[in-house]
Amino acid sequence: MLYTILCYNEEAVTTAWTKEEDDAVMARLGKVQEELRQQGKLGPVARLLPTTAATTLRKSGDQPVVIDGPFAETKEQLLGFYMVDVGSLDEALDIARDLATANPGVGSYEIRPVSIFFQNGT
Amino acid sequence: MTDIAWIHTALSAARPQAVAALLRYFRDLDIAEEAFQEACLRALKSWPKNGPPRDPAAWLIFVGRNAAIDQVRKQSRTTALPDDDKISDLDDAEASMAERLDGSDYRDDVLRLLFVCCHPDLPATQQIALALRIVSGLSVAQIARAFLVSEAAMEQRITRAKAKVGRAGVPFEAPGAVERSERFAAVAAMIYLVFNEGYSAGADEQPARAPLCDEAIRLARLLLRLFPAEPEMMGLLALMLLQHARRAARFDAEGQVVLLEDQDRKLWNGKMIAEGLALIDKALRHRRPGPYQVQAAIAALHARAQRPEDTDWAEIDILYATLEVMQPSPVITLNRSVSTAKLRGPQAALDMIEPLAPKLGGYFNFHGVRGAYLLQLDRKAEAREAFDRAIALARTPAEAAHIRMHLDRLIADSAAPKRAAAQK
Repeated sequence: MLYTILCYNEEAVTTAWTKEEDDAVMARLGKVQEELRQQGKLGPVARLLPTTAATTLRKSGDQPVVIDGPFAETKEQLLGFYMVDVGSLDEALDIARDLATANPGVGSYEIRPVSIFFQNGT
Repeated sequence: MTDIAWIHTALSAARPQAVAALLRYFRDLDIAEEAFQEACLRALKSWPKNGPPRDPAAWLIFVGRNAAIDQVRKQSRTTALPDDDKISDLDDAEASMAERLDGSDYRDDVLRLLFVCCHPDLPATQQIALALRIVSGLSVAQIARAFLVSEAAMEQRITRAKAKVGRAGVPFEAPGAVERSERFAAVAAMIYLVFNEGYSAGADEQPARAPLCDEAIRLARLLLRLFPAEPEMMGLLALMLLQHARRAARFDAEGQVVLLEDQDRKLWNGKMIAEGLALIDKALRHRRPGPYQVQAAIAALHARAQRPEDTDWAEIDILYATLEVMQPSPVITLNRSVSTAKLRGPQAALDMIEPLAPKLGGYFNFHGVRGAYLLQLDRKAEAREAFDRAIALARTPAEAAHIRMHLDRLIADSAAPKRAAAQK
């Protein structure tokens, strides 16, 4: 079974870490990743940029609207995610629009740039 | 990180929100600060035992407010209590407090707290000191170190600034749209001042002053979280991230300034650059350009270039032209001349800056840049004269050393042929 593990923490704290503190956290996480990698259990790993870099596409009527900032509703649940390699935010938004059109009903798509990415732990 | 270290980071992260809300309740900076202090002491006792609360800022506001009310009650024989309407919402549930924090009141609280520090009567140095003390919570000793003054002098500077702000009265009414955008502009300018205090420091001052850059970035992030649709705040944060990303490459081992062209780009902080580029991309979608966005776009073009020769000077020149229209200033024209020199050669650049002499004659960098163009045109005697002027006008040893580097090259160049002649 494939599982995703979504990590949550207080951004005001994590973005206030000094470089040394951040490096120390990443080193400790790296050890956990290394063990999983050796066991062949590790899939893609991503660290996201802060929510201040996020944009949200919200589909409530016919025309989806673009809102600055992260997804903030609590009525909807996280159902899945895509990772796309594109040249600009506009291109990512176009893809989100296509997804919104393909999906029935309402829904939100938070577009968040990725800061660090390991494909299968490499 | 140990629990205590985590708590300290959480407390300082929550500080602007908490002090801002307490200032709204008590309308007095000193009471708000003391209330926050008291709440922090209680947090240090309670959090290691009970674990940190879900919303540290809400907890600190709640506890701080109650502690301060108790304090005010104790003194009530001599001091009148704040009016009930100012401290009226005293329901005990932390949850409802947290809910209220998401409201627009809360955003305006933080903006107000920062705006209080930007009082137009305060000189820039006092604005920065006050913001670092009150909003960021740096100690007087830390701020004094950053400004290279004694602790006593800094204490006095902050006290004076506070008194002036107190006399002026804190603007408590909820701001209208125009006022809000004025406050925003003042606060953005103050944050950029804080950043530049750190950024403009020489290599020897970096350990003490670079934290000012981190602090400015933290404040801009905070404001952007509260006002997520402000393209100029995205631009300012992007600009600071892109500039600060070069930190490790800006000085050599001897502490000399390394010019952008000569910097080892592998030393640039890729994470900060990625964030800066994402933010400027996001800002430009709004099609509401402003000076911070344009400057960030210029910095982004430098950051995108893998090698100096990949730099898109034509685009940079267009952006500088845009900036000249938005913010006409001789310094911006001086900066633009650098891209003009790349595109159309040193003579065109020199023609561009010569008319600035009456306005920029007292600015070291004008003579430094002018000297560099003269040197490229092989007018060595004039170049040397310009560099000498620049050194004489430099405000800091770092600035002087930066110009002296040009001068040394010039001397080395002119000495080289002589040596060659002597060997014959």
